[in-house]
Amino acid sequence: MSRSSKKGPFVNEKLFAKVMKLNENRAKQVIKTWARACTIIPEFVGHTFEVHNGNKFLKVFVQEDMVGHKLGEFSPTRVFKGHGGVKKPEAAGAAPAAPAPK
Amino acid sequence: MPRIAGVDIPNDKPIWVSLTYLFGIGRTNSRQILKEATIDPQRRAKDLTEDELAKIINLIDKEFLVEGALRRSIQQNIARLRDIGSYRGNRHRRSLPVRGQRTRSNARTRKGPRKTVAGKKGVKELGK
Repeated sequence: MSRSSKKGPFVNEKLFAKVMKLNENRAKQVIKTWARACTIIPEFVGHTFEVHNGNKFLKVFVQEDMVGHKLGEFSPTRVFKGHGGVKKPEAAGAAPAAPAPK
Repeated sequence: MPRIAGVDIPNDKPIWVSLTYLFGIGRTNSRQILKEATIDPQRRAKDLTEDELAKIINLIDKEFLVEGALRRSIQQNIARLRDIGSYRGNRHRRSLPVRGQRTRSNARTRKGPRKTVAGKKGVKELGK
């Protein structure tokens, strides 16, 4: 079920304050954050965040299209390296049959 | 046979059924359109006057995305998800389920026919 619109989007307050401060000073600075659940609001556009994926921080440059999504959507937590252990070369040939990621 | 929104030609079924032959118009939308146009949904498409048809066409043009336009808009929405590099976009790219379903089993609609991996445990027993 989606979030009640009465509440408005969830925005991490600390992160929001930081971004507003940067906007005020017209500064651009990479912000490290763990707030993956934070909704991207229009004020975030043009900033770069380093979003934690449980292992390391991944750079996310916020574009206009990303508004309304969550920061975590752009910082994958799982990396699929493909199947196959025994016959490595064959597995490498079989994998690209599916649409290649990225 | 009347022609609505380009190529679609419904026939001598009740008009509310005929309208559902348009991509983007289901039963709910179909009934809603006819209500708005004050046309009896049970009448056959061939019995409609030019005026009534024009009314329906007008309504659909104004308020609904159908056929090619709708398909395009769906594709654009997916392309957008891909372009911004979101999780959902990546799932589309790899043609895996997008909405958090399990993939250990099932998910065949998205993944397509099973690709059996030779030598994997259990393959012999299954006889595949």
